[in-house]
Amino acid sequence: MIRIFSILAGLFFAGALAWSLLWDTIGFAQEGLPKTVEKAFYEHPKELHLASDGWFGKFDKKQVKRGFEVYQQVCASCHSLKHVSFRDLAALEYSEAEIKELAAAATVNAPDPLTGEMKDRPGLPADHFPPVVYAGQGHPPDLSLLAKARHDGAAYTYSLLTGYQAQPAELLKQFPDAKTPEGLHYNPYFPNLNLAMPAPLTSDGQVTYSDGTNATIDQMAKDVSAFLVWTAEPKLDKRHQVGFWWLGFLIYATILGYLAYRNVWAGKKH
Amino acid sequence: MSFPWAKQYTPKHPFMVWMDEKLPLPRLVYSAVGGGYEVPRNINYFWNFGFLAGFCLVIQIVTGVILAMHYGGNTQVAFDSTEHIMRDVNYGWMLRYGHANGASAFFVIVYLHIFRGFYFGSYKAPREMIWLLGVVIFLLMMATAFMGYVLPWGQMSYWGAQVITGLFSAIPMVGEPIREWLLGGFAPDNAALNRFFSLHFLLPFVILGVVILHIWALHIPGSSNPTGVEVKSESDTLPFYPYFIAKDGWTIGLFLIIYSLFVFFMPNALGHPDNYIPANPLQTPAHIVPEWYFWPFYAILRSFTQDWLFIIPAKLMGVLAMFSAILVWFFLPWLDKSPVRSGNYRPLYRKFFWVLVLDVLVLGYCGGMPAEQPYVLVAQIASIYYFLHFLVIVPIVSSIERPEPLPYSITEAVLGSDKAAAPGDKA
Ligand code: HEM
Repeated sequence: MIRIFSILAGLFFAGALAWSLLWDTIGFAQEGLPKTVEKAFYEHPKELHLASDGWFGKFDKKQVKRGFEVYQQVCASCHSLKHVSFRDLAALEYSEAEIKELAAAATVNAPDPLTGEMKDRPGLPADHFPPVVYAGQGHPPDLSLLAKARHDGAAYTYSLLTGYQAQPAELLKQFPDAKTPEGLHYNPYFPNLNLAMPAPLTSDGQVTYSDGTNATIDQMAKDVSAFLVWTAEPKLDKRHQVGFWWLGFLIYATILGYLAYRNVWAGKKH
Repeated sequence: MSFPWAKQYTPKHPFMVWMDEKLPLPRLVYSAVGGGYEVPRNINYFWNFGFLAGFCLVIQIVTGVILAMHYGGNTQVAFDSTEHIMRDVNYGWMLRYGHANGASAFFVIVYLHIFRGFYFGSYKAPREMIWLLGVVIFLLMMATAFMGYVLPWGQMSYWGAQVITGLFSAIPMVGEPIREWLLGGFAPDNAALNRFFSLHFLLPFVILGVVILHIWALHIPGSSNPTGVEVKSESDTLPFYPYFIAKDGWTIGLFLIIYSLFVFFMPNALGHPDNYIPANPLQTPAHIVPEWYFWPFYAILRSFTQDWLFIIPAKLMGVLAMFSAILVWFFLPWLDKSPVRSGNYRPLYRKFFWVLVLDVLVLGYCGGMPAEQPYVLVAQIASIYYFLHFLVIVPIVSSIERPEPLPYSITEAVLGSDKAAAPGDKA
């Protein structure tokens, strides 16, 4: 009895699905695979290799520091970095005095310890990077987590920063409605191809590096991408290091455990 | 219950004798997971996954309880407190990545555990109750995982909650009020986040309780084994301690190695980048996808694209089918009438089993892709097969199939002969 009900229930679900399948097949036969301008012109990120990549990766602190300089001199006018605090910069080999100075240059709105009123005061090392007021079009996202919030984070940022170009004529020929709207900028590495941010890195030497590295556009794009990997995952070095020793211990313990198992089972057929 | 030859607990130290009289907890442990529990000697490594699932539950509870000490269940602070854990809490990154990847590991293990059950017919009498409790555990796990994913209050958290609670609104008439009641509002917000946190903390302990029932029910008939032939005599079994403690134990190491590769070296590989963007009710992500372990069921849900016969709404059918996809497991012990348990001796069932494995993998793949062609068509075909497998193929196969000859006993299967077997006993 239960099996008759079951077969009926099976046919019910199969029937309802077949109905959807039927109409979708008809639709598919008429329309074919969906064709969108994004599908046709989006480009996957370029290759980018950073010192922090891979299982043994470690930050190249010099590069990350240069990236911070790019952030400060270029990105910081529009993008905040709210999950990072000034004291975190110690990891980039900034001295305590330098960190104090960097923090003090920022204005932080915080409760006054005496009155509890919100007041502006110079930043302290324990403060996070303050919010950035942006008056233009669009909403520049906070950059702290960007490298983890996009597929292939670092390569994506690098490609985006170096990927601005004129909209291809071929695109407009195939998709006449897809002209980049006024105020947006064409970039094939951006998922919907047009973004509000104008190319931020426009000329070699735009940033002055404290270590004297030649600031080409490519160099700046790479460095700031490396920096954003660090802001998104400041504990990466530690994680790789702990993971390495922990795995070593586990392999050792597992071998011992396996030998113990063999020992216990010696002579027992199974 | 136990086999007559199972050893009894005999306390030696006067304290343990005293203890045994007042509270025989050591006796309970001894006969449940010690030298007093007899287990078929021929179980293979697929029987390790229950133990490993229990280990995963412990990982989740330990990491979860500590995470809860630093997390704030309020929409104003949830996202930032998660980042605070990642950056400022000592080894907070390890706890969080351990918990997130622990959920994935738990599902990998439990899926293997369930498919072990499908192949070896573990759900059949006398083990129906173990199976039924297992399905209850699985449903609770899904609820727990879903609510846990909402807690960091990222984009996928928010929109996942939006989609999943939206499923309830497919119920005619009362659907929308139910959804609002569940959420405590018209959309996921503080009320929803706060109650999800509360339930996400509670449910693992409910799971723990049902796991105890699951293992209790297991101890009535004892474990099955790859031949599916029931235990007949002492030579068929070995005691849990030390044999199976040693066998389960070393695979914990193996499990931890694979799990740790994810936690320490690719902690975000199984997650979605959008969940590192704070929840924004005004911006729908391009593709809303749940975590990978929900993909097969998500694919079934999305396969219903047309109102059936122009009458029954597609969404209602999708919700019905998605839940039924798991609920059919409850009926499996009564749909599969074959007296032979193990797929090793069921040539026809075995083939369909492997087609099902492939089918679920295809469903999972489609569930993770955008809801567009060709994925929807493929998912529809795979969904049809999924229901046909459980509701039509299994009942029919179990009545027409001619199973292969079974060994007389476990001992015979292991040693090639069993002195207890009379010449005519071989089936
Ligand atoms: C938290 C999750 C779970 C835990 C901790 C757990 C634990 C266990 C343990 C320790 C065993 C005995 C060892 C073994 O056979 O692997 C077992 C057996 C079993 N479990 Fe689970 N289980 C869980 C979930 C499930 C689920 C979701 C199902 C099915 C839907 C299930 C079905 C079974 C069955 C049928 C057996 C008996 C197998 C046999 O003897 O052949 N379990 N479980």
